Amino acid sequence: MESVMDWQVFLNDDGSGRTYLQWMLEAWRWTLAVAGCSWVVAMVVGALMGTLRTLPNSPWAVRFANAWVELFRNIPLLVQIFIWYFVVPKIFPAMQQVPGFALVVMSLGFFTSARIAEQVRAGIQALPKGQRYAGMAMGFSTAQTYRYVILPMAFRIIFPPLTSESMNLLKNSSVAFAVSISELTMFAMQAQEETSRGIEIYLGVTVLYAASAFAVNRVMAFVEKRMQIPGFIVAGGTGGGH
Amino acid sequence: MKKHLLAFAVAALATGGAFAQASDTIAKVKASGTITMGVRDSSGALAFTLGDGKYTGFHYDVCQHIIANLEKVVGKKLDIKYQLVTSQNRIPLVQNGTVDLECGSTTNNATRQKDVAFANTVYVEEVRIAVKANSGITSIAQLNGKNVATTTGTTSVQLLRKNERATGVDFKEVFGKDHADSFLLLESGRADAFVMDGQILAGNISTSKNPADFKIVGEVLSVEPIAIMLRKDDPAFKKLADDTIASMVKTGEMAKLYDKWFMQPIPPKNVKVGLPASDATKAAWANLNDKPAEDYAKK
Repeated sequence: MESVMDWQVFLNDDGSGRTYLQWMLEAWRWTLAVAGCSWVVAMVVGALMGTLRTLPNSPWAVRFANAWVELFRNIPLLVQIFIWYFVVPKIFPAMQQVPGFALVVMSLGFFTSARIAEQVRAGIQALPKGQRYAGMAMGFSTAQTYRYVILPMAFRIIFPPLTSESMNLLKNSSVAFAVSISELTMFAMQAQEETSRGIEIYLGVTVLYAASAFAVNRVMAFVEKRMQIPGFIVAGGTGGGH
Repeated sequence: MKKHLLAFAVAALATGGAFAQASDTIAKVKASGTITMGVRDSSGALAFTLGDGKYTGFHYDVCQHIIANLEKVVGKKLDIKYQLVTSQNRIPLVQNGTVDLECGSTTNNATRQKDVAFANTVYVEEVRIAVKANSGITSIAQLNGKNVATTTGTTSVQLLRKNERATGVDFKEVFGKDHADSFLLLESGRADAFVMDGQILAGNISTSKNPADFKIVGEVLSVEPIAIMLRKDDPAFKKLADDTIASMVKTGEMAKLYDKWFMQPIPPKNVKVGLPASDATKAAWANLNDKPAEDYAKK
């Protein structure tokens, strides 16, 4: 370990005509692509499932959404990825045509959706009952009550944990290496073996992960600020004083 | 708080002590009465676990012979500790004195020789290609446009990448997180070929559901000396290891051990790897040396 750092390693050819730096940036793009696509899946499905769980008069929708959450949050992420990648295509041959990238996005998205659904439910249930009654008094349908009254407030309440969840999603995308997505973690493990320069490689990858997660944090913080309505949440009474 | 400080001081002293003795393994072992062997959990027949903290394999057995001789030199029975190592941590652990003797499957190459030393080579690996028997693939040239699996953190695919560039073969790399996953990529059809050390391919094929479905084909991509790793600048201990190996080769013990691990049924499944000693391995026995992989490529 006495040898000094050798940052030139990033400029070395990996044997196929690209440098390790180019490879790392390519891997970074895969990380961002996996995380970005999974985020969309997680948010859409999570919001839907979280909402379904709080519907007042649809016991089967509630049961279905509860089952969804329990299924996807009780199985380790790595196991879920393996199931989508190796087991499901074995059982349903049609799934063999689906590219690995899509399967990873699905598994990471569904896993995170269960966690987001739980936050959405908590956000909705944190609102005082009066909000729902107000919607009914206005003559809104259930859908309208959610659209115009409940969800806008609930999402503002849960924004901070959603920020954490989004950052977690980016970091969790590192498990995609297990099913041969050529993302940053895989790059780190592979390149350090090929170059014997693990310290430099891992530092490079660390910087990219940290920068990406921090960027997510800043974007979410910006959105949170722009969405703030002074007094809105506090007026809800039980929403807590953000 | 004081307790913490004390613990820290003790730890600091202990590491300091280990560093001080780092380059004289025999003295260190004599003083402590223990030796730490670095082992692997799945390096094919070279080194693997039986579960329950027990390890075995070809290199493991060679190391046991070395330790037996070491016990004669220090004049007492040693307490052998096993430390599971990985591709990522094996070199640092040997350098910092945690592991005295690494008995896994480490390629002896010039880069690593700057950090550690190697005992004389007794096993030379050939990197090969495994495919499904019915795939019709018989050479590297036929990998054009195919998915080629390898294991993350190994250098096998790098060789192929270099080879590919020279011959204009364009393939896609897919990475399994360990050898079992890489083989699953091949088995499940997600990859058309699996490039890896011959004995690992042979081992995975022999333990698969239908060994007849797979075969090892094509050119030898590279030959790599795999060797037992020691700390650098410790000539006395290296000599002891090399002498042990030399006498094992001379008495025929080495060939017997090779036969035991590569040609006979081995645990845990009691199946044969079925990989006769290659010409390169036999040459290494005939002319014992610790040359790095780079010297093999030149030939």
